[in-house]
Amino acid sequence: MREKFLSLRTVGVPLDRMNVDTDAIIPARYLKTIKRTGLGDGLFFAWRYDMDGKEQPDFPMNRPEYRGGKVLVTGENFGCGSSREHAVWALMDFGFRAVIAPSFSDIFHNNCLKNGMLPVTLPAAEVRSLIDALLAAPGGKVEVDLAGQTVTGPNGDIHAFGVASFAKTCLLEGLDEIALTLTSASEIDRYERERKKATPWLFLDLAG
Amino acid sequence: MLSLFGKIWDRHVVKAREDDVLLYIDRHLVHEVTSPQAFAGLSAAGRSVRRPGAMLAVPDHNVPTTPDRSVRIEDRGSREQIQALRENALGAGIALFDIDDPRQGIVHIIGPESGLVQPGITVVCGDSHTGTLGAFGAIAFGIGTSEVEHVLATQALWQKKPLQMRVAVNGTLGSFVTPKDVILAVIAKIGAAGGTGYALEFSGETVRRMSMEGRMTVCNMTIEAGARFGLIAPDEITFAYLKGRPLAPSSSLWDAAVEYWKGLPSDLDAKWDLEVALAVDSLEPHVTWGTSPQDALPVGGAVPDPGEQADPGERARMRRALEYMALSPGTRMTDIPVDKVFIGSCTNSRIEDLRAAAAVAKGRKVAPGMTALVVPGSGLVKRQAEEEGLDQVFVEAGFQWRLPGCSMCLGMNPDKLRPGERCASTSNRNFEGRQGPGGRTHLMSPPMAAAAAIAGRIVDVREVAR
Repeated sequence: MREKFLSLRTVGVPLDRMNVDTDAIIPARYLKTIKRTGLGDGLFFAWRYDMDGKEQPDFPMNRPEYRGGKVLVTGENFGCGSSREHAVWALMDFGFRAVIAPSFSDIFHNNCLKNGMLPVTLPAAEVRSLIDALLAAPGGKVEVDLAGQTVTGPNGDIHAFGVASFAKTCLLEGLDEIALTLTSASEIDRYERERKKATPWLFLDLAG
Repeated sequence: MLSLFGKIWDRHVVKAREDDVLLYIDRHLVHEVTSPQAFAGLSAAGRSVRRPGAMLAVPDHNVPTTPDRSVRIEDRGSREQIQALRENALGAGIALFDIDDPRQGIVHIIGPESGLVQPGITVVCGDSHTGTLGAFGAIAFGIGTSEVEHVLATQALWQKKPLQMRVAVNGTLGSFVTPKDVILAVIAKIGAAGGTGYALEFSGETVRRMSMEGRMTVCNMTIEAGARFGLIAPDEITFAYLKGRPLAPSSSLWDAAVEYWKGLPSDLDAKWDLEVALAVDSLEPHVTWGTSPQDALPVGGAVPDPGEQADPGERARMRRALEYMALSPGTRMTDIPVDKVFIGSCTNSRIEDLRAAAAVAKGRKVAPGMTALVVPGSGLVKRQAEEEGLDQVFVEAGFQWRLPGCSMCLGMNPDKLRPGERCASTSNRNFEGRQGPGGRTHLMSPPMAAAAAIAGRIVDVREVAR
């Protein structure tokens, strides 16, 4: 079940890096689970902790001013690499509900929307100004209003963002997308009947 | 005026919405890491698998590559995921190539081998390297676990049509220059996010001359340029690869299928949102220096200087990468020693890759203290390599010959780097910690990795093999 996305006003956490990949967000050894919960422990593990398991004091998530923040503000191509949805589950388990970046990888972006997490794409210069403001005055608040499609930065600066209309509805209402698609089951049936005639070799059964 | 992608897309639209379409999915490959939560979600909602006969399951990410794996897998998490896959597949009636099945292997290797990946299909898997399968002229893409659950339940996915990019590759590859070098050069050219939002169709004489194995290597790494989809038009090479495979159409259906497949290539007047060209006549073997696949350069080059980078964000990224990799600007790539060598992964573990590596290894010895693994992509690749005597070539040269699996590509099974170790690897990602926490990865082709094993450092294979 997906969570509803509620508007947020929360501490913004700056992660001033580009091309943050999903192996960095959640290392592979944390993927050995059959559950969606509990992944926050492994979030950014190699950056949050040193080789002896001690917290890296300079990493934003370890700094007291940023603790409890629910909005991550970061560089371009966030979430590149592996398709692991565990990256989104880890961010959410840790407490994040939105990520603001100049660009996202396609799969990560999709995975966010499926879980009630909001990926906000803003122009690079606007993200830069948000990161700079959060670094200059740690603990600054960021407001994310999905209904109004705006982000308000710590200095009161307002940034408009786009979001696909159906994705917005799903986020606001926490809709079960599979249940919605199943209302189209008769159309899928009809498609299968027609394709079976046109390309019968695609309906050979793989089982056995 | 349709592209190959456009033709396949249009024939799979069940219905359209404002922003996207409901796309029918012909085939679905399933592995143990990204599927358990999908099956659990399905079960929790009281739903069943709509078309189990369209799916194939295999354990690959977690499996050890040593013979003791069929007795017991030490790691509890790995054991649980493999067992969950087994139970979920059996429960739903999904075909499973289990750990002791001779056909078991990396999911992107066994799909093509079985003949289930064909031109004109849509195929998905909860794995970003699914683009590999686009080499057959198919819409093949990686999805997350929620989408895996959606396909299990509905055999369809809501998708927005991507932009279309054509990558024309022309010229003749020199000796020991491989499809891996082509795709590394493409990624270096367009960047790690250059393909985001796009489907990439690779065309041109170089691609037309490539084997299916080579084409799969190229499409495998499109995701490292940000593109979920890589495609190559089907042709006689594609048809010859498929003919006679267990799940390929046979007898009269074969002729009908070939007829259908021949109509798929992009029209001459197809519209492209972006066109990129790569001339490969003088392409050198490529290696990576940093922590993004875009950090690839010719092996004759030197570690770049972030100080010469104008963009401050990219400059900071490069500095970070050099610090992680423990490298200094100006160091010649061929002066970098390596501790381990990994030949394998969904990028480079097919029979041609092993032949190319064996040709370099033959009659030579790996450097003293070097650990070098050769991990065939599947049980069938392993068997064929053994029939050709390649295993003996590797073992005599001091390489370890392993059982099939994802192995040292991703640090989920016992094959991994220790902190600070440096690896010459034929895999696809050089991210921080990808091959194990603190491990350092240099991506390259199979002959280049074999040469590195022998030299004990990054080396131009053309010098070793001369």
